[in-house]
This record gives sequence, C-alpha cells and structure tokens, in this order.
Amino acid sequence: MEENHSHESAEDVSPTRRTFYILLINGIMGVIGAALAIPAAVYLLFPPKARKASTWVKTADLSTIPAGKPTEISFQRSRADGWQVVTEKATAWVVKQPDNQVIAFTPNCTHLGCAYHWDDPSHTFICPCHTSAFSIDGKVLGGPAPRPLDRYAVKVEAGILEIGPAEPHA
Amino acid sequence: MHKIIEWLENRTGIETAIRSFLYEDIPASSGWHQIIGSTAVFFFVIQVFTGGLLAFNFAATPGDSYNSVRYIMLELTGGKLIRGLHHWGASMMLIIVVLHMVQVFIYGAYKKPREATWMVGVVLLLIVLVFGLTGYLLPWDNRAYWGTVVTTQITGSAPVLGPYLTRLLGSEEGVSRVTFSRFYAAHTILLPPLVIILIGIHIFLVRKHGVAPAVGDIAPRKKFFPGQVFKDTIGVATAFIILFVLAVVAEAPLGKLADPTDTSFTPRPEWYFLFLFQTIKFFKGPLEVLGAVVLPGVAVLTLFLVPFIDRGPLVRLGKRTFAFAAVFLAALAWTSLTAAAVMTTPPNPEENGLVVTAENETGVQPWQQLSPLELEGLVYYRKQNCKACHPGAGKKGVGPDLTQMPVDHRNATWLIPHFKDPAKVVPGSSMPPVQLADAQLTSLSAFVMKLTPQNEALIQAAPDYVVQGALVYQANHCGTCHQVAGVGMKLGPALDGVGQRHDRAWMEQHFRDPQGTSRGTIMPPYKFSPEDLDAICKYLLQLPKLS
Repeated sequence: MEENHSHESAEDVSPTRRTFYILLINGIMGVIGAALAIPAAVYLLFPPKARKASTWVKTADLSTIPAGKPTEISFQRSRADGWQVVTEKATAWVVKQPDNQVIAFTPNCTHLGCAYHWDDPSHTFICPCHTSAFSIDGKVLGGPAPRPLDRYAVKVEAGILEIGPAEPHA
Repeated sequence: MHKIIEWLENRTGIETAIRSFLYEDIPASSGWHQIIGSTAVFFFVIQVFTGGLLAFNFAATPGDSYNSVRYIMLELTGGKLIRGLHHWGASMMLIIVVLHMVQVFIYGAYKKPREATWMVGVVLLLIVLVFGLTGYLLPWDNRAYWGTVVTTQITGSAPVLGPYLTRLLGSEEGVSRVTFSRFYAAHTILLPPLVIILIGIHIFLVRKHGVAPAVGDIAPRKKFFPGQVFKDTIGVATAFIILFVLAVVAEAPLGKLADPTDTSFTPRPEWYFLFLFQTIKFFKGPLEVLGAVVLPGVAVLTLFLVPFIDRGPLVRLGKRTFAFAAVFLAALAWTSLTAAAVMTTPPNPEENGLVVTAENETGVQPWQQLSPLELEGLVYYRKQNCKACHPGAGKKGVGPDLTQMPVDHRNATWLIPHFKDPAKVVPGSSMPPVQLADAQLTSLSAFVMKLTPQNEALIQAAPDYVVQGALVYQANHCGTCHQVAGVGMKLGPALDGVGQRHDRAWMEQHFRDPQGTSRGTIMPPYKFSPEDLDAICKYLLQLPKLS
C-alpha cells in the first residue's frame, strides 16, 4: 500500500507503476463494461421465452369451403404480444384441394406485407402494392415478391378446419 | 489511427480537453477517502443504462406496467438481472451519495470557497431521493401503490402548498393514472437531464476550486491520472461487484398487482424512507404536519446551510469533534428510527407475483375448500367492495368485523334481508343496500358466513382463474348433478379431486362429447366459449380431494 503515502508527486509515479495503473484501470473498466454490455445485449436480442398457449384455432366447417377456389376466412386468435395476450381478428386465404387437403395462406404478400386478394378472371393472387402475382398454390408468378406465399399450419378434425401457427415457406 | 486522433484533435481539441481533465493537479493529501464521489457518478451511469433498458420493455400505464415488469422478469432473458441492477443500484446509489456527503462533511470540505459545491450536492441528494420515490410506484404492485398513497398524503399535508402539490401529483382522489404518468415522466424525462446538468455543475465547481486539501498540505501537488484514477477505479469496481452479486442473488421484489380495495395491505415506504415514516408517528393529530413536513424541511434547510453555519477555519481531522459527533448522532437517530419502523411492521401476506402458477402449489389452500356457490359469493364480495367498510383482521372500519359475526347472524335468513335493507334489520346502520339479485345475495351470504379470523386473509387470495371457473360452474348449473365440497346433487360423480382422475384433454373432450368419454352417461354436451372452457377446466382440475 505504498500509494497510500500521500506525499508522492506526479514525478514520483515511476514508469512501471504508471503502466501498471493504466493497465488495471483499462482492464477493470473493460470487465465492468462487458458485465453490463453482455446482459444488455442478451436482454435486447434474445426472444422472449415461449409461452404455453394453444395456438390452434377452430375456424370453419370444411364443407362450407368450395373446392378449388381460394376463399378468405376470418377467425379470432390469441397471441402473445409482449406482456399481453391479445385476441384479435386474423384472416387466411384457404384453398381446398379436390382430395380435401387444405392449404391456408397467410394474408400478407411476401414482398412488403400488403394484403393481396384473389383475382378470379386471371386466376391469380394479386398484390395491389407492387403487383406481385402468385398462383393458386402460392408460387410467385411475377412482381418483386421474393418467395412463395407463407402458410399456416392446418389440420382438420371432425370436419372442422383448424388453423395453427404461421410457418414461413421453406 | 494516429491520423484520425490528430484530425479530431485539430478540429475539436478533444484530446487536449481529456488531457487537461485527467492531468489536473490535485493536492498531495488526496487519496482513498476521495473515491466516493466518482463512485456516485458511476452509479448514476448504471442507473441511466439499466433504466433505459427497462424502459425498452416497460408499459407506462398503471396495471399494464405491472404486466410489463413481470414480463421483463419472467420472460426476457437477463431481465431479472437488469431489473436487479436497477433496483439495488438505486439503494446503493443513495448509500454512496450519503457516504460521499458524510466524508465531505467530516473533512470540512464544504468551507469557503466550496459552499456552492456543497449546496449543489445537497440538491443532488434530494433528487436521488425523488428518483427513489417516483421509481417506487412504477411496478404498480401493492407495495408500490400503497407506499405511494402514503407519500402523496404526506405531500398533501404540507402547510399552504399542500393542495397545490396534491394537484401537481394528480392525487386529489388517491393515487391515480395521472399520478402514475407524472411519476413516470419525472423519473424518466425530467430528472435525468436535471441530474446530468447538476453533476456537471458540481464537477465544474470541484475543478474550479480544486479538490480540497488537508490542513497544512503544502507538499507538491500530484496529477489526477493515473494514481487517483486508479484508486477511483478500485472503488468503482468494489461497489460494482457488490451490486452485481446483489442483483444475481437477491431477486428484486414484485408483489401482486396493486389492489386499491385491498385494505389488508400494510403500506411501507422503501427502507431509506422508513425513518421519516417512523418520525411521523411521534406527532399526533394536528402536530402531524410537524413530523411530516416541518421537521424534514428544517433538516434539509440546515443541511443546505451547513457551510454558513460552520464558518470557522479548517482544522485537522482529529479536531473536528463536533462534526464527528453530528454524524454519529444522525446515524444513531436514523438507525434507531429505522429499526423501530422495521420492528413495528406487521408481516404482509407473502406476496410474490413471480410465482408462475398457483397450480403447482402443494397443500390445500383455504379457498380451495370453498364451494362454487361460496366462490361466486366472493366475486360479489369483491365487486361490492365489502372490505372497504369491513376491513376485518381485527381492524376498525365503518362496519363491524365480519369474521367476528355472531352466530345468530350467520344464516341466510338474517343476512339476506340485511343486505337488502340494512337499516331495517340493524337500526341506525349506515350501510347502503346491496344491489344484487336474490340468487346472488344467497351466494354472497354463503361466502360471508364462511369468514373466520383464521381463514379471512387466505380466502381472499383465491386466484382469478378459480373464481372465474366457479362462475362458469354456477352459470351452467353443474351443481344440479355434481357435488363439490359436499355441496350439490349426487346424480353425477362428485368432482372433488377430479384432477387426479382425469387430465385437461380428457376434460375438454368430455365437455364436447360426454358419451365418447363416459359411455352411458346422461350428461349433455356443453359448448363453452374458449375462455369459459379454460376457466372451468382450470377450476375443476385444482379441486382438492375431500379428506
């Protein structure tokens, strides 16, 4: 504890002690900075822990959906929005195949998220924003859309169409 | 790299500025006793940093704010740590600021020409306290809410200014949404820049007059950097390690969502305000304003004027007996007042909003022994705010303690007419009639009859999902065929402990299609809304087995 001797002057700090001081100051401040920065980065960047919530929603009686023609259905779904669970209206474009298999597209264009619609004469999904066009099975036919339409997970139980979480098109 | 620094220096002079800051001359007598000020600045930086992070996930509305704090702590990785650092950092910052002040006081460093430095420091101390006060409300749990109720009442009792302060705090009708917004704005928008400016002035003044030397220190002056900076760094690191360990080991508390009708909660301020809280108790009736406002006001004023009260020449540390005595007496008074307050604090019901579910609790809670009818009664008991006048737990209220209700009143034939027209049954009663339908009054009376001094507080703890589930049970008349807690018919099986026989999936299926799960049953299918289904399943699954 030599530095406690209060009569050292600036010149008294020897070069080696000076280097030692500066090294420790930078080292300690670096460690403290990391101890704050790392938790902060984790806190801001890690996704919230998954919540146990039934994400399957019963939507429509499958028999009411015409085969081969995209139909827009709407339903109520609950989802975690930050610290709240919100129940909100959601929509899906549902296409029933002849073999009763069902595809449900999420209602937003894969380009910039505009709501597209089914254009019956041209038999395509058309986005009004930048004229992206998609075929009935979601493939990109034109425009700037980078990937096919995203889909919801679907299952049919007792004739009722249930819609699950959206899964981005692989 | 060297070129960039040179360019910066050329255009801004920043290197020269940093150099002149670091290589300031300080007295040869400076040393370890002067590291506390830097540590206080460091803690302010920590509070700004962690506070900013919390604000990124904070909802600035009462109620929602509680949910968001809970979200930060339970769902965000590192959220507990960040809030822990902010929570404990607040306490530690106050301790450090006070220690800094004590050091300056004992050394007499406030003497001419450093009076202004001291006075700015006192203002900074007050602002740190206001930070603590405003931040205390933001999580909006019972602790926060009730603590702030007391604070706003005290503020309102200030002579002359009281009513204006009350309006300023938006607390004319208790702690309101307006109060919350004002506390939040003060805590996050108004005070931080104010503190930054004042710290700036404080440090400027320290630089202007130089660090106070010891008496007779005529040795050649030394440089601030690196010797003293090193000592400061050690001080900062020590305090930071303590803070970090606290934040990791001791979880920052979050109680239950604030309930303005919960009269069973004993409000207490944060620990560093307990001595004020205790002081008020010595002043009864009209004198209360003395303890609540006048005395603290005089104390702060005295502190502020210390440099003008003690104007003698600076003497050696060993000769400052009076200063030591003053610090000793203040510490003694603070400690004994705080200890007295702690010892007279009745334990609050174990409140922890961070327990994820009540479902995993073992042991049967008193509320689990209530029948659905009684739980329905609890809903009306809460809605009608019966507790406001009948606080129970031996406390005095407008109305009598319901847990002590005489035996001849503990029946529906006495209670229901009393609910309908209180004054008719009890002449002179000021109780307003309870505006409910007969069936609802039946359940309310069933609930009230259950209250005893032993179970009262515990019964109130019935969680929302149970109460909601019981309401669904009642609305669908499940009791026409089933028994719960010995109440209901025995056409179907009793439902006590049903959760041990069946799981949630079975139960949902059973409601949809009773025949499918229990062949030959006469139970009709029930189509519940998703919310009702959730409530009734949760309610039924927690029902304990009858012993």
